[in-house]
Amino acid sequence: MTIPFDYRAPATLAEALALLRDHGEEAKPLAGGQSLVPLLTLRLARPAVLVDLHRLDELRAIRREGDALFVGALVRHRALERGDGVLADCPLLQEAAALIGNVRVRTLGTIGGSLAHADPAAEWPAVARALDALVLVRGPAGDRGVPAGDFFVGALVTALRPGELIVGVRLPVLGPGTGYAVEEFSRRAGDFAVVAAVAVVELAPDGTVARARVSLAGVGSIPQRLTETEAALAGRRPDPETLRRAAAHAGAIEPEGDAHASAAYRRHLARVLTARALARAAAVAARRGAA
Amino acid sequence: MTDLTVALTLNGRPREVRTSAHRTLLEILRDDLGAMEVKEGCGEGVCGTCTVLLDGEPVSSCLVLAPRAAGCQVTTVRGLGDGDRLHPLQEAFVTEGGIQCGFCIPGMILTAYAFLRDHPAASRAEIRRALAGNLCRCTGYTKIIDAIASVVPGRGAGEQGAGGG
Repeated sequence: MTIPFDYRAPATLAEALALLRDHGEEAKPLAGGQSLVPLLTLRLARPAVLVDLHRLDELRAIRREGDALFVGALVRHRALERGDGVLADCPLLQEAAALIGNVRVRTLGTIGGSLAHADPAAEWPAVARALDALVLVRGPAGDRGVPAGDFFVGALVTALRPGELIVGVRLPVLGPGTGYAVEEFSRRAGDFAVVAAVAVVELAPDGTVARARVSLAGVGSIPQRLTETEAALAGRRPDPETLRRAAAHAGAIEPEGDAHASAAYRRHLARVLTARALARAAAVAARRGAA
Repeated sequence: MTDLTVALTLNGRPREVRTSAHRTLLEILRDDLGAMEVKEGCGEGVCGTCTVLLDGEPVSSCLVLAPRAAGCQVTTVRGLGDGDRLHPLQEAFVTEGGIQCGFCIPGMILTAYAFLRDHPAASRAEIRRALAGNLCRCTGYTKIIDAIASVVPGRGAGEQGAGGG
């Protein structure tokens, strides 16, 4: 049992937005509930009005839009893990989804809910950051798209304004010659990662790196891109020595230590996991290039 | 505070509950519908003890607000067998000695049931991974995995050593 609240389950997005506008700070939207319901039962969240979004089928769309994939906010982790249909065009999603929590979390948890919750150790924020995803938002002032690089503001804090909801996320399709990998370390299976590394490597026809993108979760209040690592790979062949040197730049991050891991250990994990993710992403890119 | 009526199907039977919206599926199952086979462990979605199938998929019933179950098929461990006849997976827990105190077992069986339905030829390592979100405080994992593996064709006692517990 949580604290009592007024429960509303609007049938349309317009109604949901109106409820959020009318109730302001008193209202909280509910997606899959795998983060919010524990906060409610622990009394850490105490909304007067809970706006349950689960009837909004308009937020469950998945479609290809040119070179991008649109994934509705209420698409569940399990669907992304299965990767059916056009989701196969961005197979990084499958790999990342499989690492989320446990199967029960994946059954109900949603990509939009995870992005809005913005846990610094969660998979989707780091994936969104690595893919330069665009978070699509609707609110009192209309629609806007927020680049992942601007969306995450702090631990559990996003650029969402009062009354705004995520409607979906736009992600790039990963074409031939593009490889990807997620490497993470957690204390126990299903725990949040202590550190996770997401790598996307695009190879040019001559086998050099056209572009590499790496992001880390668990090393700060928001997911971080490793721009020095990325720059060290551009135009180079992804041989083991180049990958190792590029990954070494991950040691420049300045994480904070906590009960789960010291700052030094997080820095170590960042280097090791970045190296592993880059090596695997480069190998996948080479394989997919051949196809 | 919102009161509402939640109509759901519990183990094949239509049921209706008048409840406050801020109660969980776990609470209405145990306190209103008498489904005492659903056990509460941590109450925050970590331990897997209160697992039920919601429209066939495993969920933590402690993390589902009651109104979310409206119109859904809810299956507890009681819903797997056929009357007094146990489901083969339940039978396997008995014959393999997979049950110690028994508290985590309903969640273990439901998680394993859904996993084997989707992965009928699962390896022992895959079964271990699939059960990672269900905790047994007797730490009886070895025989739990033995029991589950024993119902997968070709994965009986012979494979036990290789995969560990």
